[in-house]
Amino acid sequence: MAPLPVVELLQHQIASCEAQLRDLRQQLAEAQHLQHIRTQEQDRLRHTSTSGDPLTHDMTYGIHDEFRSEVFAALSQGEDVPLRAATKWPLEKNEYKRYGRQLIMPEIGLQGQLRLKNSSVLIIGVGGLGCPAAAYLVGAGVGTVGLVDGDVVEESNLHRQILHSTGKVGMTKVDSAKIFLSSLNPNVKIATHTARLSPESAITTLQPYDLVLDCTDTPASRYLISDTCVLLGKPLVSASALRTDGQLMVLNNPPLPAGDIRGGPCYRCVFPKPPPPESVVSCGDGGILGPVVGLMGVLQALEAIKVITKGPHTSDSSSPDPPSLLIFSAYASPMFRAIRLRSRRQKCAACSAQATVTAKALNSGSLDYVQFCGSISPVDMLGPNERISVDNYAKIRMEVNPFTGMEPSKDSHILIDVREKVQFELCNLEGSVNIPFSGVSSTPHSTSNDNESEPSWISDLRKHPDKPIFVVCRLGNDSQLSVRKLKEHNLDFGGNRFIGDIKGGLRAWRENIEPDFPEY
Amino acid sequence: MSEPKDVGDIGITVEFSGGLEMLFSNERKHKLSIPAKDSTGAPLNVGYLVTYLCENVMKDARKDLFVLDGTVRPGILVLINEADWELEGEETYEIQPGDNILFVSTLHGG
Ligand SMILES: [Zn+2]
Repeated sequence: MAPLPVVELLQHQIASCEAQLRDLRQQLAEAQHLQHIRTQEQDRLRHTSTSGDPLTHDMTYGIHDEFRSEVFAALSQGEDVPLRAATKWPLEKNEYKRYGRQLIMPEIGLQGQLRLKNSSVLIIGVGGLGCPAAAYLVGAGVGTVGLVDGDVVEESNLHRQILHSTGKVGMTKVDSAKIFLSSLNPNVKIATHTARLSPESAITTLQPYDLVLDCTDTPASRYLISDTCVLLGKPLVSASALRTDGQLMVLNNPPLPAGDIRGGPCYRCVFPKPPPPESVVSCGDGGILGPVVGLMGVLQALEAIKVITKGPHTSDSSSPDPPSLLIFSAYASPMFRAIRLRSRRQKCAACSAQATVTAKALNSGSLDYVQFCGSISPVDMLGPNERISVDNYAKIRMEVNPFTGMEPSKDSHILIDVREKVQFELCNLEGSVNIPFSGVSSTPHSTSNDNESEPSWISDLRKHPDKPIFVVCRLGNDSQLSVRKLKEHNLDFGGNRFIGDIKGGLRAWRENIEPDFPEY
Repeated sequence: MSEPKDVGDIGITVEFSGGLEMLFSNERKHKLSIPAKDSTGAPLNVGYLVTYLCENVMKDARKDLFVLDGTVRPGILVLINEADWELEGEETYEIQPGDNILFVSTLHGG
């Protein structure tokens, strides 16, 4: 017997709490360890400042009484400062040790470390890019790291979003990241913004920071962040990743005012028009390999460190590297290539003298980035007689057909699963045939009756004109588009055969019929 | 790749990245031999190459994921010999033998 939903739910909750508890125990152990080290350090300081201090010995035995009061007075002036070392050395004692391996590099040195310590970086998006970027920047000793994200941790994030962990599923991403980062390096101040960046909040959120990392995943947020960086004069390190590819650009560097052609190009200079929404693929739909997005995030941290340690741009000093786009392809050879980019666009809407993107327009909310980039609304293109609910489809599979009164049989109909092959192989409904959507949509609309040139999947479907066709996909969008396509190829024989889609796809099937069907 | 080798053909390399390769038989790199002159007899420029690719190399029916209003769609960078085509005169750049033309679709995931 299948377990009752409530039993399953409780088991799941217990597992989740246990994982969270393990996580907390580990954090506690780390915190106790840290406290222990600090106590030891303080003890040692107290110890050396009394008995073992040669000065104490001299004060007691070696100094003439007449001078003693003067010496005491001179020493006591310094007592306002708790640790004398702090005034003498520009970094704290622990910082020399912690950052030693990068301090001894000529690219960083003391000056570079101080620049890092005095800098603040805003990381927008604490996902596959933001997690590794934040870890390395916090590790390197950036003074303040700000985190912006409105999402909570999901299980499907964990293969790549390395700051989050199993016990933190359901926690906000910024809280989860803060816990990790504070324990990684307590010297760094972590500022959290638990919300998605909006045009109205962009300027006030970005204002306090020296440099911005775009670790987001939509065109709309990329334009918004770039525009705000131009308005505020902040350099921007932008990266993105999908499947096995990644891209990286350092934009608005140097961050000179709009109209100054010596400034670095902005996102709008490179991409003046947004891509059509149907060409935009998310990691959830296209997939993403953890190390690919991780690599791009690490490179963002690296570019940020380079910009910060180089110091403020002065017009007479050597200008930054010419703008370039770094392209990474995990399965190409070579894996990396760098492309020279254009400079600022003369008529750029954000960074030229004719800029139309202004702080006033941004603050008032009159710039609609979501509308600018467009969006795909859920597909709703079929009539009610071309669709079937998962409940009714389940009846066709398991019970008597409500339409024909026929006994259930796998052979009574054709079930087409239009997910890509690799997804189909993960899990599928018994008896379904895989005809991937990419193949369906890329087959040209046949103009002639020349059936010989048509792909085999079409001719196969013509062989059984009596069997109704049901089309299913992951969420119920591609299935509708596929039904349209099948009818364009006249596979319904002018309306004589039923072709319809299963509403809500395999997600609805799992939610309503078969809870064990894998969710991925 | 098996284009007829007419007199006046030039050999170039065309590459696709950022997912565009999926529209071109899932091949990232195409070594092509293309006519040195377009249909009007003018030297072949990048603008015409885009049309040529659409008509002769792209098997996928989803042309609008590559071309929109007669030019590459927004969100695709065209790079001529490792440089943004805007540094080279965009569509008017005349293709030279041995050129490398790279089409990159911008990515948005993160
Ligand atoms: Zn610009």
